[in-house]
Amino acid sequence: MKMNGARIMLECLKKEGVTTIFGYPGGTVINIYDELFSFKEIRHILPRHEQAGTHAADGYARATGKVGVALATSGPGATNTVTGIATAYMDSIPMVIITGQVPTPLIGNDAFQEVDIIGITRPCTKHSFLIRDVKDIAMIMKKAFFIARSGRPGPVLVDFPKDIQVAQTEFAYPETVEIRSYKPNLEGHPRQVEKAFKMILESHKPVLYVGGGVVLGDAADQLTILARRLNVPVTTTLMGLGSFPGDDSLSLGMLGMHGAYCANMAMTHSDLIIAVGSRFDDRVTGKLATFAPHARIIHIDVDPTSIKKNVRVDLPIVGDVKDVLVKLIKQADKSKDKVSEHVAATQAWHEEIADWKDKHPISYKNSSTIIKPQFVIQKLRELSDDDAIISTDVGQHQMWTAQFFQFNRPRTLLTSGGLGTMGYGLPSAMGAQAAFPGRQVITICGDGGIQMNIQEMATLVQNKLPVKIVILNNNFLGMVRQWQELFFDKRYSQTCLELPIDYVKLADAYGAKGFLATKPDEVEKVIRQGFAEPGPVIMEFKVAREEKVLPMVPAGASLNEMVLNA
Amino acid sequence: MQHTISVLVENEFGVLSRVANLFSGRGFNIDSLSVAPTNDEGLSRMTIVTRGDEKILEQINKQLNKLIDVLKVLDFTDGSAIEREMALIKVTAEDESRAEVLRIVDIFRAKIIDVTPKSYTIEATGNPVKIDAILELLRPLGLKELVRTGSVAIGRGSKGWKG
Ligand SMILES: Cc1ncc(C[n+]2csc(CCOP(=O)(O)OP(=O)(O)O)c2C)c(N)n1
Ligand SMILES: [Mg+2]
Repeated sequence: MKMNGARIMLECLKKEGVTTIFGYPGGTVINIYDELFSFKEIRHILPRHEQAGTHAADGYARATGKVGVALATSGPGATNTVTGIATAYMDSIPMVIITGQVPTPLIGNDAFQEVDIIGITRPCTKHSFLIRDVKDIAMIMKKAFFIARSGRPGPVLVDFPKDIQVAQTEFAYPETVEIRSYKPNLEGHPRQVEKAFKMILESHKPVLYVGGGVVLGDAADQLTILARRLNVPVTTTLMGLGSFPGDDSLSLGMLGMHGAYCANMAMTHSDLIIAVGSRFDDRVTGKLATFAPHARIIHIDVDPTSIKKNVRVDLPIVGDVKDVLVKLIKQADKSKDKVSEHVAATQAWHEEIADWKDKHPISYKNSSTIIKPQFVIQKLRELSDDDAIISTDVGQHQMWTAQFFQFNRPRTLLTSGGLGTMGYGLPSAMGAQAAFPGRQVITICGDGGIQMNIQEMATLVQNKLPVKIVILNNNFLGMVRQWQELFFDKRYSQTCLELPIDYVKLADAYGAKGFLATKPDEVEKVIRQGFAEPGPVIMEFKVAREEKVLPMVPAGASLNEMVLNA
Repeated sequence: MQHTISVLVENEFGVLSRVANLFSGRGFNIDSLSVAPTNDEGLSRMTIVTRGDEKILEQINKQLNKLIDVLKVLDFTDGSAIEREMALIKVTAEDESRAEVLRIVDIFRAKIIDVTPKSYTIEATGNPVKIDAILELLRPLGLKELVRTGSVAIGRGSKGWKG
């Protein structure tokens, strides 16, 4: 049967198992919207800004592991998606973004609402396509989804001119896809794995340094089995939180700039770092010259460009992290005696780590008169469901969440790690809630970032998405203020958000519920009230204004030069 | 150190800008770049002359390979390739310098392809070192205009893309 291009696009999405998309209409996608009007298999959620729609697709993808889909019109609609695309790109999130484009004959003529969105997004997409023939739609969509989800995942943009949306052809979705120039290497080389296992047995001070790759590669179980089998301590990056149970005795917590003292000391004193799905980002390594001076490094990653980009690597293993971890577990199964010997040989190391843990645990000084932000996070953790999904915005509250929430499961923390995008929290939670209507979804935001996508309150209410919005209100762009306090003589240039906002009224204006806590003894009550509400909620906590995120490795300092209390 | 890299790419829309973007976005150098179709209809071949230490070169190699449209990256730094470049050179040639230009053209087995009373235009082909050498000799005589194609390279014998 012949169909128009717009309908074919929807059929392709259906074939890919897409059930929810986040989109915003406009002139060059109006034909797609016309088809959507009667296309019941796809739920369309209308955000109030295309950036938020893209973050929602990203949150949907992070929470489910599926490819998130966003749709926007050409020109300003397309440019509004750019921050969302860059956010997803930096954290390797599988997404397909479909943008309308002016009709093919007009491309390049500075037509109304024309932008070269492929050019604009080239550095922040894994790949992109311009559809130039209605007959190509199916194959391009097949490729787009395949590229987005395979290898190191990432966002793929499909630019879809209006004339192609109305052109007609037969629809047939390809069963398979083969791209001769794109063959991600998924199987870890067995000999490299054997070598790695040998290096682990030889080590006395091993550490597993785990990143978002383990979450993305759905390898958290395998990682946990391996760590416990070999009794190797685990530290994770921000993106890796949840890939290993935070409450396990082998967990060192997060490392890096605001990481735990024990984690950074363990990296500095280790004789073997086993990096799994992590990329030695500058926020993690601190000063490169003094990073892990005694360690040999094994680096397991599906993306060869991550390996040896920032640090020297003694043993690279390119491959899907799950495949490599499974192979390592098999090695351990085969040599039980050697593993026991190794566990015995690392006893002193575990004692050393226990000392560091005792000496400077992640902590804060609570107060009975003023709400400490860390206290709110601890209470949230205590009162929320075990499988709750937490998203964060960017700033101090994000780091406190990472430090104090103790994530135990993968895909329960959605946070913008690589790009650090303020405004990410609320819309990503919205995406996760759309995927899991029955689960508790909480977004933890600052008073700065919440304003960047606050309009999505409307989307939550309209679509009955009961996201619980937590605002840690310090009336500051807190993270920047902290830097100004520590490194710029407390010159708080433009970081004080002078105008107080009544968030209870604001929630009310959108048809949601708002609660406010100003004293520590109100915290629990407000959280309970918020969680008990069936719909979306804002819970505002007026917190200690000048609280700092500690410990902290100042930018450019070595990991063992942490500021513990300032 | 200078490196010559051959990149086989799918003839897809925008592929040249993807490669160029990668170099500029990551701060890699391009000394020269040439691109044209190959005998395989779907493929183009780029020859890129770049510079950097071993670590940078490894990144260039890996990053190129990571581009979806890149089929194969060949690094010819080990001398396993024959390299050629062509230059079109317009030089001042008046009175006594006319003979000097002809002598140089002869020594380098170049060709005069255009003549006016005041200038010669020369076509020179060879490896880039040879082109540099002829230019050095011509420069003092009055170099008016220079166009170079950039290097192209092909593996010797069984080396390279399809031995
Ligand atoms: C879009 C964007 N603009 C600017 C920044 C720089 N920035 C990082 S944290 C921060 C402060 C955030 O303030 P708030 O949302 O109140 O959170 P807090 O740090 O106070 O918890 C700023 C401005 C950013 N990360 N993203
Ligand atoms: Mg704030």
